[in-house]
Amino acid sequence: MSSLVTKVRSKQIEMLLEKGKRLDDRGLLDTREIKIEQGVIEKAEGSARVYLGKTQVLVGVKVGLGEPFPDTPNEGVLTVNAELVPVASPNFEPGPPDENSIELARVVDRGIRESKCIDNEKLCIAPGKKVFVVFVDIYVLNHDGNLIDASALAAMAALMNTKMPNYEVKDGELKMKQGYTPLPVKSHPITVTTGKISGHLIVDPWIEEEQVMDSRITFATKEDGSICAIQKGGSGYFTPQQILEASKIALDKAVELRKKLDW
Amino acid sequence: MPTFFEKKQLVTPGEMLAEGDYLPGENTYVEAGKIYASRIGLVDSDNKKVNVVALRAFYVPKMGDIIIGTVLEVGFNGWTVDIKAPYTAMLRASDVLSRPFKPQSDELSQVLTAGDLIVAKIATFDRAHDPQLTVGEPGLGKITRGQILHVTPTKIPRIIGRKGSMISMIKQETNCQIILGLNGVILVTGKTLDEEVLAISVIRKIEEESHTSGLTDRITQLLKEKKIVKVEENKVE
Amino acid sequence: MNEKPDKLIDKKGIRTDGRKADELRSVKLQVGVLSHADGSAYIEHGKNKILAAAFGPREVHPKHLMQADRMVLKVRYHMAPFSVQERKSPAPSRREVELSKVIKESLEPALFLELYPRTGVDVFIEVLQADGGTRCAAITAAALAIADAGVPMRDLVVGCAAGKIDDTVVLDLYDAEDKLGAADLPVAYMPSLNAITLLQMDGSLEPAEFEKAVGMAIEGCKKIYEMQKEALKTKYMVVKEVEE
Repeated sequence: MSSLVTKVRSKQIEMLLEKGKRLDDRGLLDTREIKIEQGVIEKAEGSARVYLGKTQVLVGVKVGLGEPFPDTPNEGVLTVNAELVPVASPNFEPGPPDENSIELARVVDRGIRESKCIDNEKLCIAPGKKVFVVFVDIYVLNHDGNLIDASALAAMAALMNTKMPNYEVKDGELKMKQGYTPLPVKSHPITVTTGKISGHLIVDPWIEEEQVMDSRITFATKEDGSICAIQKGGSGYFTPQQILEASKIALDKAVELRKKLDW
Repeated sequence: MPTFFEKKQLVTPGEMLAEGDYLPGENTYVEAGKIYASRIGLVDSDNKKVNVVALRAFYVPKMGDIIIGTVLEVGFNGWTVDIKAPYTAMLRASDVLSRPFKPQSDELSQVLTAGDLIVAKIATFDRAHDPQLTVGEPGLGKITRGQILHVTPTKIPRIIGRKGSMISMIKQETNCQIILGLNGVILVTGKTLDEEVLAISVIRKIEEESHTSGLTDRITQLLKEKKIVKVEENKVE
Repeated sequence: MNEKPDKLIDKKGIRTDGRKADELRSVKLQVGVLSHADGSAYIEHGKNKILAAAFGPREVHPKHLMQADRMVLKVRYHMAPFSVQERKSPAPSRREVELSKVIKESLEPALFLELYPRTGVDVFIEVLQADGGTRCAAITAAALAIADAGVPMRDLVVGCAAGKIDDTVVLDLYDAEDKLGAADLPVAYMPSLNAITLLQMDGSLEPAEFEKAVGMAIEGCKKIYEMQKEALKTKYMVVKEVEE
């Protein structure tokens, strides 16, 4: 995903960080402005568009019917997919998902799945036979950095906005009824990504920082202060101390975001 | 200012070798004032310089190196040559023809074609551009006969020996001409196949035992034994 | 795996495969097992059996992947169809694509990418048998294959996971523990530089458990690192014995 950054620019970013500053005037641990719009796609059972600074991600949720996995016969099925569509960046090309979009989808998936934020058993219609399948499709519309956090936020916002059709089972037959019930969302995992540039940890890296940072670490955390998913990315490394520091930053930021979003 | 190794100790990448007043030599690097090995090899120090003699490495072209390469492709105005390096080399037509190249009349594939072997010298190389070769010196050019073998490039100095002692002994005892390409490709040309086979077996032995002491003696011994065997075989016949 | 055992770790702190909480599975390593690769290694980590081969540095294919200012590392993590209980399709799954990426990023910090611009190193990992923790074992083998190819490295990279089963933080989860346990936390580490080059987690960990698990995984990495160095030396030591 990297494109060439001029040497002057990367020096500039590093020098600013030395002084505790960033190119876009944020503090090292400040998140960009967040805006969430829910229900933006009427044809989808749930949707949300999230702005994280200039990064824009749209998530649509479709709810369908299907069979459960054999090892979880009483649970609905969740699938997360991500598309890095060419409108979002000159570096995105049309075609099948590449490693970046697959990683993005899987990290968001892990945050939702491992937090157990959806009451999966309520998605079961007939154990072992019929369950609701929740398709979460992440559409990155403008890539200005930190797609993971923006997508995780948009996915949660869309799930909170999702409704399932009402149904009844009569004589073994499934019949759809009028009206909808909200998707049973029990909790709200929050995902926070920290980048590392020449030894400095920064929250919510934007695109110019992503191009010079050597690695990132993402933590998804729950209301009770526990960690449910982690992903390190990028071709650099962290010391164990930096990892622990990043986990504390992520937990603190999550508390702050929960308050802000009222989640 | 300690060092953390015994001479000729076998080290692996990442092993700390020295701290403080030492200089990083070959196959080492410095991180936070400490010198570490970057390749598997034998560590040694020369004054204040810590070196690792790599047991496994690949060839990186250097200007002036004599190498042996294989012609890969005939191009518009020259040839691309595989020199067993991360970079493919170029040999320009004008270099071989020693005059400007005329596309109308010069048929390059008649001079050199895919699969041909050449002895050449690295004329230019800077990692941003692929190496350019030259054959415009005595002893360079197309190889017409002999046998080729490949060794890890780091072994070439051992095959040469101190002041060329090893290689001249092999040449003398086997009656073979031997060209050592610094890229690890070796050309052995003898008058008979037997001579070539003997030279190759000796070179293989040096390659395998390159970092043991008393190697020269053992090679001398081997050459003598083989020679005697051959003389006896001849007698029987 | 139909029956879930009541407990994955008993009162005496013994796990279902007989290990203690901080005990590694047995690890066997061998370097230089393939003749056509520039470097290769084989690992048996518990029941995991994994082969890694390194090629290069060489020209980058396809050409558009070439980088003007650095070497390109490509990694393919691939599971054999017979490596798991249910046959796995040989086509790369999304999981394999993601693992290929994170394994690549765990090895890159060890390489001097800027030293060999416009070249590429390819690492191919074939999981012949999987029993939990394959990405970590694959990293241990891949680092050896790269070193065996003579590619300069800052350090060997070594992989080991920690996690949580029932309420206990444990080292090196095997398949059943991974599936039924509470959390899995794979780590890759360069011991000489105290650098974590891969960290993932899924499950649920309190911050204190997380800290403990990271520490435990690092200790596991350090133990495997010693075996890794031995394995590499063994291949090149054969020659030294001639002296005696």
